[in-house]
Amino acid sequence: MDNEVKSILLAGVGGQGILRASDIMCEALMEAGFDVKKSEVHGMAQRGGCVTSHVRYGSKVYSPLAKLESIDIIISFEKMETMRYLNYLSKDASLIVNSEKIYPPAVNIGDLPYPKDITKLLQERYKTVQKIDATELAQKAGNVKAANVVLLGAISNLMEINSAIWEKIIKKSFPEKLIKMNLAAFQIGKTA
Amino acid sequence: MKVLMSGNEAIARGVYEAGVRFAAAYPGTPSTEILEEFSKYEGVYAEWSPNEKVAVEVAIGAALAGEKALAVMKHVGVNVAADPIFTVSYTGTNSALVIVSADDPSLHSSQNEQDNRNYAKFAKIPMLEPADAQEAKEFVKLAFEISEKFDTPVFLRSTTRVSHSKSLVSLEEPLPHQDKTRISYNPEKFVMVPAYARLRRVEVEKRLVNLKEYAEIFSENKMEINNPDVGIITAGMPYNYAKDVFPDYSYLKLGMVYPLPEKLIREFVAKVKKIYVVEELDPFLEEQIKAMGIKVIGKEIFPYTNEFDPGIIENAINKSTKPSTASVQNIPSRPPNLCPGCPHRGLFYVLGKLKVFVAGDIGCYTLSFMKPLEGLHSCICMGASIGMAHGMSKALKEKGKGKIVGVIGDSTFIHSGITPLLNMAYNKSNALIIICDNSTTAMTGMQEHPATGYTLLGEKTKQLDLKVLVSALGIDNIRVIDPYDLKETRNAIKEELAKDGPSVIISQRPCVLFKRSKLKTERALKIDPDKCTGCKVCLGLGCPPISWQKIEKKEGSKREGIAMIDETLCNGCGLCMQVCKFGSIS
Repeated sequence: MDNEVKSILLAGVGGQGILRASDIMCEALMEAGFDVKKSEVHGMAQRGGCVTSHVRYGSKVYSPLAKLESIDIIISFEKMETMRYLNYLSKDASLIVNSEKIYPPAVNIGDLPYPKDITKLLQERYKTVQKIDATELAQKAGNVKAANVVLLGAISNLMEINSAIWEKIIKKSFPEKLIKMNLAAFQIGKTA
Repeated sequence: MKVLMSGNEAIARGVYEAGVRFAAAYPGTPSTEILEEFSKYEGVYAEWSPNEKVAVEVAIGAALAGEKALAVMKHVGVNVAADPIFTVSYTGTNSALVIVSADDPSLHSSQNEQDNRNYAKFAKIPMLEPADAQEAKEFVKLAFEISEKFDTPVFLRSTTRVSHSKSLVSLEEPLPHQDKTRISYNPEKFVMVPAYARLRRVEVEKRLVNLKEYAEIFSENKMEINNPDVGIITAGMPYNYAKDVFPDYSYLKLGMVYPLPEKLIREFVAKVKKIYVVEELDPFLEEQIKAMGIKVIGKEIFPYTNEFDPGIIENAINKSTKPSTASVQNIPSRPPNLCPGCPHRGLFYVLGKLKVFVAGDIGCYTLSFMKPLEGLHSCICMGASIGMAHGMSKALKEKGKGKIVGVIGDSTFIHSGITPLLNMAYNKSNALIIICDNSTTAMTGMQEHPATGYTLLGEKTKQLDLKVLVSALGIDNIRVIDPYDLKETRNAIKEELAKDGPSVIISQRPCVLFKRSKLKTERALKIDPDKCTGCKVCLGLGCPPISWQKIEKKEGSKREGIAMIDETLCNGCGLCMQVCKFGSIS
């Protein structure tokens, strides 16, 4: 029923630039002529909690929230966080998984192990799983903080927005001195 | 021009477009950004009031003086402001007055999940409920029109999902501000003594009759007749969820959720066969529609608790109970935590170790109820810590001596801690109150308050001196400590608990994220792996940069692992250095 509406989930940990990334994505979608809605949970994000953002676009979008088993693409900014939202993914979902690991408190203090074999499990279950080391690639572009833009570059291959629009919105989204670096980060992510 | 806006940004924009230039609020998730955004527009007056009751009273005063005014708060803020709200319903508003209530279904960041539509019915005040950002902007403008037309305060209800989701909004040219202010005298209307209030009471009922008639023709009560087999009566964000999964059913979308348009509802009911009422939280619409003698399906299939999403509505209507095929993996949770270098950490580490009952309050420090700190044992509402600590200490008498502490943040203290502290002095309390003064309203994102010395509009102002205030309330035992100094903190708390009579400790250290914090970021600390014995004492601080990893056990050594500090996160507050008995942190 919602076949003409596409749903993207951005997931990670407070401080990873997820909300910035989803804002850029929405601006680009709007520029490309789509109706777009996004929703996010960020109440206590600053204090190390999980952050998610749903982005939905199409000719007409009603709900800013996707239902379970309906997400078409997930970008996971933190490796383990992918696992938290598998119930949201459609069977044919594409996954973009950043290799960065951020230990939650229980792992930090040695009470629980960081989950193992995440990539293997995901690859067994989903056809399209792209592993990406966004932090390392962002460093190549000039700043580790641009990992979120690297990930946008990666997802841009799966979205119906042309490069000129992405470029225009990225230029609009950052102060002058950071534009070149972020454009490079986007390009590196796109070709990763 | 179309722009992407959150519901909160759109409300602020709508208020501005309506030509309104006056607003007051107290910050609270999910409402905070409304006033922050509004305050950025040219030529507005916007203030953070000390609490929601004051904000509403300020707005009432402005409206009485002929200035259209807005008051904004989260759902529980309406409880604080209920007193003036219920009676301004009687007096009417003279000029326009709109009160925004931002509700929080699912309790994303609140202590309860109350449905504030009930306030509309209770206080006999009309309420509009937008479903997205575009509507948020339009509805707040309509709210001002209705307020002016019917001489009534008007509620605009948002929810977290409306306030914090973004969608496309068409901007319009803002109306210019018109100065219609003057002093007018009308005691029969504004002096609510019994004789006059009884007369106004009758006017309220007349106004409700008129509002009901208006609801019948209100442009945002919309009927969409498609497939007549199923009709859905809904309002606000749940409309979007339902349309998402059932685009072909018929809808009655109510833009005004109180009072209800009875004729329009009957007209809709006559056009469809099976009727569902889709609403989050209370059966507010459902009960009123059932009272009209109309058969509808509602809470027997839809949940009372938490916010909806399209799937919840789809499953309820399709009676689907199929379990999800993709199971969620059991992975470690990621609870929010106090930031590295948070000044609350030292204080609550000490409190947790002292085995005292800590009556808590609303703020970042509430998070210290969790392991490993476990330094806070109750949280009810803004200001409750002080009254509760006093009540416990009175009830426990000797058993509670030296064991009852109340903790409250600086902004929360100013919001509702002053009167209960006065009560402690007056009624000879024995409890200790600690004001966790981090120089800002941290939890909601660094808002100014009377003790910061700045206003919402960024002007420098008279700065409240907490110590002088506490002294003026009648507290003799007052001391100021630095919670980065664990020894001083522990000693101060122990000494004050040992005293007879009430004491106040002001635990003073600005929030690490605070922009005007004068503290330089210290260098990150390091743990010497040779000196660390792996005793885990530093883990008791629950500080995000500190981790512990197993190492291979060497012969003759009891050491199973060592602690480490993530240099990228540590800002060198030095608490771990103070708790380490082996001098391994430097």
